[in-house]
Amino acid sequence: MVTTSPDKDPVTDSQPPSAKPGGGVPVQATPVGATTGAPAELPPSSVAGRGMFGISGSGDTSGFGGLVRRRVGGGGSERPYGSYFDEVYDALAEAFPGLDDAIEKVVVDRNELTLHVKAERILDVARTMRDEESLRFELCSSVSGVDYLGSDERRLHVTYHLASMTYRRRVRLEVAVGTEHPHVPSVTPVYPTADWQERETYDMFGIIFDGHPGLTRILMPDDWEGYPQRKDYPLGGVPVEYKGAEIPPPDRRRSYQ
Amino acid sequence: MSTNPSYAPERETSEGKVFTVTGGDWDTVVSGTDPVSDERIVVNMGPQHPSTHGVLRLILELEGETVREMRSVVGYLHTGIEKSIEYRNWVQGTTFVTRMDYLSPIFNETAYSLAVEKLLGIEDQITERASTIRVLMMELNRISSHLVWLATTGMELGAISIMLYGFREREYILEIFEMVSGLRMNMAYVRPGGVAQDVPDSAIKKIQEFLKMMPKRLKEYEDLLSGQPIWTERTQGVAVLDVTACVALGVTGPVLRSAGLPWDLRKTEPYCGYENYEFDVPTSNDGDVWGRYQVRLAEIRESLKLIEQALDKLRPGPIMVADKKIAWPAQLALGVDGLGNSLEHVAKIMGQSMESLIHHFKLVTEGFRVPPGQVYVAIEGPRGELGAHAVSDGGTRPYRVHFREPSFVNLQALPAMAEGGLIADVIAGGASLDPVMGGCDR
Repeated sequence: MVTTSPDKDPVTDSQPPSAKPGGGVPVQATPVGATTGAPAELPPSSVAGRGMFGISGSGDTSGFGGLVRRRVGGGGSERPYGSYFDEVYDALAEAFPGLDDAIEKVVVDRNELTLHVKAERILDVARTMRDEESLRFELCSSVSGVDYLGSDERRLHVTYHLASMTYRRRVRLEVAVGTEHPHVPSVTPVYPTADWQERETYDMFGIIFDGHPGLTRILMPDDWEGYPQRKDYPLGGVPVEYKGAEIPPPDRRRSYQ
Repeated sequence: MSTNPSYAPERETSEGKVFTVTGGDWDTVVSGTDPVSDERIVVNMGPQHPSTHGVLRLILELEGETVREMRSVVGYLHTGIEKSIEYRNWVQGTTFVTRMDYLSPIFNETAYSLAVEKLLGIEDQITERASTIRVLMMELNRISSHLVWLATTGMELGAISIMLYGFREREYILEIFEMVSGLRMNMAYVRPGGVAQDVPDSAIKKIQEFLKMMPKRLKEYEDLLSGQPIWTERTQGVAVLDVTACVALGVTGPVLRSAGLPWDLRKTEPYCGYENYEFDVPTSNDGDVWGRYQVRLAEIRESLKLIEQALDKLRPGPIMVADKKIAWPAQLALGVDGLGNSLEHVAKIMGQSMESLIHHFKLVTEGFRVPPGQVYVAIEGPRGELGAHAVSDGGTRPYRVHFREPSFVNLQALPAMAEGGLIADVIAGGASLDPVMGGCDR
């Protein structure tokens, strides 16, 4: 049996979320997401994340406080990048005049190369990546989005995972746009496979791919309001009564963090 | 015609002339209304059509029996797994991803676990036994997935017997899964750091029996289908897609290999120790449904070889990473009613060791932290490249997990296969892509 919670959350009104248009998404909602409260916030901005369970100072008898791991810095990586990454970058620089202008930064992390590309240049970079003899990234494996709410001003990122079947290499291209003007050129002229994947990214994040042959929602219903994978879009759900006890919707449940 | 008592008289409406047909010869009716029959009609197939592989909707524009244009509509099985996963911890993520492509749960779990392990930087610490068990389970899963493909495709093209046989052998594999993990499907068996529990001896015995039985059964399938004139008519030269089209449309897996490109991530970018196994990558040059049928049958044979080698490689050892800050603390045991915590483990954490209790509590309620960053891991699923893009913000929950689902990407190729062909071949072409809508829509 489905009931509404007796103590209402002040943010939402009395209607169950599912009954409202857009699944009950408030226009100005407090961010909710992966971590408690404001989940999109990154942990304290020290260079190293401390502690497996985030414990610092005293009182920790479990031994979990001792672990220190390096955090990836916000800046790009320095040369040499290692592995085949230098070769890829040099080949791209040679084939693409004015590359430094188009690339914001280069990040090498966990043996993966990420080229952060300016949004308006992504199609040109992708075309060079595919066509250039020494690059040959024939396959666009995946296109998807990530919402870095709270940690990046241009919070909406699109990631393109390219694979070179000839050289057996992989590269990630990443572009960042803000929510006020979320426009990115579509890469469908270069990679037709990006068609549905860009539609999904539009559907989930509201990123508009200019030049896409038919940018419509693909997974959500056509008349849906809001972009579900954004971090300020609540998970929603209704409290459920089970054997007399009430179980709150997932985003209102107690969280141990 | 209005003199014929079988027909109600025609009447004029705003949409044109309307005939109410109550019986009689169809040809006479059609020639009476549309003597030239050059009209294009739009036919909606699905989403609840027995031959569209789950809830897939196809919109066809037909000229007679010829498909002129085709668009597919997906999303009917969208369950928001990628959103829900952001509200659970990293280990719980396994239970979500296993439900995406429900015919290949082990692959979803493995791709996810490999991504989390790469984020944690513990790829080198994964024990050999854990990797071998993963390979063993993945290859069993590949066979069961291909068997469902064979069964359903056979049924959709009119061969009912193969449906029964395919599901019969798949049932055998599901029983093996149940012996190993406690569950037939959606097992959440592969976890970040290793696997949930060890393979019992009884399951090994059952796998060995399966290895003995399966080659004979494969022979039976081929006897049943390969020489069958209807089967060859319905598959040969149907829904052709060449390598260029496959790569442009992102189609991978058996469909790409049936066009002639031996691209298999187990060979080209090995993971889980696949570089230490001996197996071939079957290809075909036909690029049609027939070629895909042959490639998949050959892949089942290769998987049998891999399972045999994996059984030989199984040496006693741990199945989880040694790092107690990551390893799932429970010591699962198979109880009479399925899975449960072993009594010894419960007695230890409750009675003897406060540290173990704290450990257990922290890991189960909160989970481990994963250093910030993003990774993309791709493995060769039964349908093609299954990629997991995982992003961590340094917390105990996934910040974003996206799956590059081969079903989703491959379905884009259906119009390219179907347009210009017969409507009956839409079914054959769609089936040959082997889409699983649970994976496609997530």
